[in-house]
Amino acid sequence: MQDKLIIAGKTIENRLFVGTGKFSNKAVVKDVLEAIKASVVTVALRRVDLDSKDENILDFIPKECLIMANTSGARNAEEAVRIARLAKACGCGNWIKIEVIPDSKYLLPDNLETLKATEILVKEGFVVLPYMMPDLVMARKLVLAGAAAVMPLGSPIGSNRGLRTEEIVRIMIKEIKVPVIVDAGLGFPSDAARCMEMGCSAVLVNTAIASAIDPVIIARAFNDAVIAGRSAFLYAEKRSFSVSSDGARASSPLTGFLDN
Amino acid sequence: MNIKINGKEQQILGFQTLKDIIISKGLDFKRVVVEYNYEIISSDNWDNIILKDNDNIEIVNFVGGG
Repeated sequence: MQDKLIIAGKTIENRLFVGTGKFSNKAVVKDVLEAIKASVVTVALRRVDLDSKDENILDFIPKECLIMANTSGARNAEEAVRIARLAKACGCGNWIKIEVIPDSKYLLPDNLETLKATEILVKEGFVVLPYMMPDLVMARKLVLAGAAAVMPLGSPIGSNRGLRTEEIVRIMIKEIKVPVIVDAGLGFPSDAARCMEMGCSAVLVNTAIASAIDPVIIARAFNDAVIAGRSAFLYAEKRSFSVSSDGARASSPLTGFLDN
Repeated sequence: MNIKINGKEQQILGFQTLKDIIISKGLDFKRVVVEYNYEIISSDNWDNIILKDNDNIEIVNFVGGG
């Protein structure tokens, strides 16, 4: 069965996007990405630490992966644009996850500044995937501005609280014509499965994998969950049964021999 | 003279190029991006820029991020 995710002309095999932050050891990043054959991987941009020679994250990302830089650290559109241009100059392509976060307590994004940055960067030829507070009206504006996908949050970054924004994300999936990718807050593989079963095109997971005792095992579990959720979504379009609102329906024959 | 590199004031000798500074910091040319007074300068041009007092240099690279 052909079920391809295509963003900006690129076919993406793996619908589990992986963030590379917070790993205690960079070698594990490579193990994780190889174990699940990751397709899309996010990185951040930072000032070089001139006092210590740190290993470069790019050495731990397999060549087949598409690198998507984020604009973390940006507090407004102007800073996001500046970071995006620097990221592009790093020579790893033109995919950018716009992340504009003025709030340090909940790390919630500023949708308006995100829209402004999207408008500018799309015109400059970037493939823009904005991280956003779930909102249908803003998602439509982002699509109009040329966003290649939209990435609503499930719950605050790093919180592992799962898909707390389900109702709005569900509406976005139904109404938005570009891929909807849930990014942030997914703590358990079951959260990822839920997103995919609803019809998300992909999910992005970082903290839940990076902070696991064994990131490779958890990454595999997320990967399996994403595949299972996607299959369930595709199948749901064909299935004939409906969800019963109350009561039970026996799945085993009840015509018992005991009362006869 | 004084310049700022990654937010830190530094004293350097005169007549140095941007490239001299990058080399002095032992950085991998292919892995860093340099912004000179808020303008991105490709590595081909580092040699053409002679630093002057109060210049602001940002040197960035990719790190892990979500």
